[in-house]
Amino acid sequence: MKTVNQKAWFFVLPVLVLVAFNALIPIMTVVNYSVQETFGDNLFFWQGLDWFQQILQSDRFHAALGRQFLFTGLILAIEIPLGIIIALSMPRKGFWVPVCLVTMALPMLIPWNVVGSMWNIFTLPDIGLLGYFLNHTLGIPYDMTQNPVAAWITVIVMDVWHWTSLVVLLCYAGLVSIPDAYYQAAKIDGASNWSVFRYIQLPKMKTVLTIAVLLRFMDSFNIYTEPFTLTGGGPGNSTTLLSIDLVKIALGQFDLGPAAAMSLIYFAITLLVSWVFYTLMTKNDNT
Amino acid sequence: MTIQLNAVTKQVGAVTHIKPTTLTLKAGHFNVLLGETGAGKTSLIKLMAGLDPAASGTITFDGQDVTRLSPQKRNISLVHQFFVNYPHMTVFDNIASPLKIAGMAKSEIAGRVEEAAKLLQLTPMLHRRPQELSGGQQQRTALARAIAKESRAVFLDEPLANLDYKLREELRDQLPDILAGRGAVVVYATSEPEEALLLGGTTALMHDGAVAQFGPTAEIYRNPQNLTAARVFSDPPINVSQIEKRGTTAHLGAITWQLTGDAATLSDGTYTVAIHPNNILPYRSDTATVPLRGQVQVTELTGSESSAHFDVGGINWVSLAQGVHPYEIGEMHQFFMDPSRCRYFAADGALVA
Repeated sequence: MKTVNQKAWFFVLPVLVLVAFNALIPIMTVVNYSVQETFGDNLFFWQGLDWFQQILQSDRFHAALGRQFLFTGLILAIEIPLGIIIALSMPRKGFWVPVCLVTMALPMLIPWNVVGSMWNIFTLPDIGLLGYFLNHTLGIPYDMTQNPVAAWITVIVMDVWHWTSLVVLLCYAGLVSIPDAYYQAAKIDGASNWSVFRYIQLPKMKTVLTIAVLLRFMDSFNIYTEPFTLTGGGPGNSTTLLSIDLVKIALGQFDLGPAAAMSLIYFAITLLVSWVFYTLMTKNDNT
Repeated sequence: MTIQLNAVTKQVGAVTHIKPTTLTLKAGHFNVLLGETGAGKTSLIKLMAGLDPAASGTITFDGQDVTRLSPQKRNISLVHQFFVNYPHMTVFDNIASPLKIAGMAKSEIAGRVEEAAKLLQLTPMLHRRPQELSGGQQQRTALARAIAKESRAVFLDEPLANLDYKLREELRDQLPDILAGRGAVVVYATSEPEEALLLGGTTALMHDGAVAQFGPTAEIYRNPQNLTAARVFSDPPINVSQIEKRGTTAHLGAITWQLTGDAATLSDGTYTVAIHPNNILPYRSDTATVPLRGQVQVTELTGSESSAHFDVGGINWVSLAQGVHPYEIGEMHQFFMDPSRCRYFAADGALVA
């Protein structure tokens, strides 16, 4: 006889409470702000979907979103191939393996705001090692506080320096899990290095690469600390990415309603892109 | 096709993996490499396949020196213990991969692939991917690739070790037919003496990086040339003990038996005697006449055979008999040894009688 009772809820309850405090309540707070207007003093006025409409139609949001996609697209286009190449050229066994792994992991261990400050000082034309060298030794005008292109290059290079290691380590883990037997089979067939990469290494790395792209997409799409400490979004608005713009609206202008609406749109885009990518990558998998 | 190894060695750093080895492996029958894990079977195959360089010596294929040739130029196939197939290619493309790389015409590739697939019962699976196949089918795909290639030598490195029992028996029965009449030298590495006996042909008994004995399989099973060969080619382990020969009598503690034939003519002294477990029976027969009374310690029943490990005066013996013999652990049981099946070895391990 199967007894029907409600005991199961007790077992689920702790998780529900955790998820509620962790995710649901904060998100609902944002939802709450996004449909109201407040002038302080705990006074709220119903606004409906006005903020969403305003954000979606604003040129400022479009520009920030465009910069965000450009930034994420560029760093993915650099970090993923570069990560694969570095992982492929790392030794598989021997003394140099731990040396390489630790060297690779180092940039990731540095706090994000320190990375921003480091690169800020590093590239300053007057006192920065790189900035001074470029401007005064090589005579190349390079000032990320004045020149938008220089600012973009610095932001991109900084992110590549900071996060390529993650891609490298994930790919390396995928590569070392390939048994020697595959390489032997390829050698016996006389397969070229490219064929070995295309038909053995790449398929075997597919899972870790999917994770690498997802992680790098989400992290770079939500990036705040490093570009904020590096350029503060400038010069002008040239490096004002979505999150920097969001903070400007929320804390700079104290427009809590539009900022909340923007957060939800931002969140929805991140979720949608990740979901589409993951679905596409795992569509043909049967395992 | 004949593979000839002349004093080939393999060295990795200061460690010798293969001691100087000379072997002639011919097409037309299975050449089994039998030995425990670490005996050098895989090392020897890698040398012949060209995956590892030989430290010294030469390897020839039909008289052609291939010692320095790359694996591709040697035109060989290798089937591993793991199921190695290209993960994101169909079975068809997997079987066709070496032919494509060799630049063969598409129509010819299709013909060869279909023939190999038919032989290995893979025709309905040609458009599936390896991960959609069972382990047995994946290994069949790897075998089909080796066959479609029509290489000069096929190396099978414990190809059935990762399959379950039924599939292993099935594929082992089919393998000789599949590979027959192809003119390729078939080298089959295994750690199971039973498999070597089933596949017949010739066997090289490998131990510690060297060939202990090489010859027709049944012949070397019956007449091991040295103690190492006797030990390698026995499962359960062969019974080994010291005896004293005085006159025409062998003394093993209190147990004695009459020596006949060559053994009787040996000079008196200490020898090592080895006898397969299937020549020690739990009952007296026409030939098994020397009584061994011992305490049963471990017993195993397979469907058709019974084995018992028993202790006689501190020496462990193994008996393996047809049929079901119920033993009680700890009981004293009378076993009988067939003295005509004893092999005698000198102190240096060489067969003397």
